[in-house]
Amino acid sequence: MTLTLFRKALWALAGVAALALVWPLLWADYRADRARAEREPAFQADFELTDHRGMFRTQEDFAGRWMLVFFGFANCPDVCPTTLSEVATIMEGLGNDAEQVQPLFISIDPERDTPSALADFVPRFEAGIIGLTGTPDQIATTSQTFKIFYERFEEASAPDGYTMSHSSQLFLFGPEAGYVASWAYNTPAEEILADLRERIAQ
Amino acid sequence: MKSILIAMLVAMTLPFGLATSARAGAGDVVVENAWSRASIGTSRPGAAYMDIRNAGDEDVMLTGLRTDLAGMPEIHLTSTNEQGVSSMSPVGEIAIAPGETVALAPGGMHAMLMQLRRPMEEGETFPLTLLFSDGGEVTVEVPIRGIAARGPDD
Ligand SMILES: [Cu+2]
Repeated sequence: MTLTLFRKALWALAGVAALALVWPLLWADYRADRARAEREPAFQADFELTDHRGMFRTQEDFAGRWMLVFFGFANCPDVCPTTLSEVATIMEGLGNDAEQVQPLFISIDPERDTPSALADFVPRFEAGIIGLTGTPDQIATTSQTFKIFYERFEEASAPDGYTMSHSSQLFLFGPEAGYVASWAYNTPAEEILADLRERIAQ
Repeated sequence: MKSILIAMLVAMTLPFGLATSARAGAGDVVVENAWSRASIGTSRPGAAYMDIRNAGDEDVMLTGLRTDLAGMPEIHLTSTNEQGVSSMSPVGEIAIAPGETVALAPGGMHAMLMQLRRPMEEGETFPLTLLFSDGGEVTVEVPIRGIAARGPDD
């Protein structure tokens, strides 16, 4: 009886000792996991599209640079020119750092926004913006990757009888194409510029 | 003879006096800081922005727009939901209380200029007429700025 009790106590001691030994290892592992999760971006920029010069483009073309990405359509008279003019202000404000940032405008209206339609639109903002478009399927795939929403809705008064609603945030991706941040539509360019500068400097 | 002349003068000024009093609401509307962005050709719609101030002491109701620049000018509101999805829709009538200013500005409302009859060229202006429910009208010359303009004077 006393022996079994002694044996039980020994086992318990061994258990505690084992836990004491393993615990720091488990803890370190857990901490490493947490840190990795924090560092690992929510998603990666990933696309295969055609630019406004007719060239095939993927995120690999911009590896090593930050990407400022906006989704829209050339027929959009308010939100899109407003954001693209903000992007132009941001690019100008970056000065020499502008080389490290590539602004991209991805069309969610592939039927109207052919590469040549975009060639008549994005270069006018004089900010080095690259316009990207593709087949309806390619745009649908891209929107899923970027977790953005767009919808065509019929409106008799609109040109061609339809207009689009679409996600209007400005997205930032890091030099390895990982998602970094997004700013809501109508965030002042100065605010975005300050934020972007800080991130580039890190 | 003299009295006939006076009667004629009174008769001539009377319609003007009536016209002025009929416009008392819309007549006190002041439009400031109007601007627009240059368009690309005529196939895509343009947009114009401005501040519309009711300087009078009566409510006014903005009911529509008219311009020779566009076949279908309309006031639109851009709204953005919690998911960050933006869309625009016609606003209809806008009531402006005395002393109040309604701003057409990026992120909110804009004068949507559909069916452009000529391209909107940077540096030019175009007349835009605001129509009010009391039959009054206010016409403003809207300057056309560059396509990347951010405001009336940037
Ligand atoms: Cu509109």
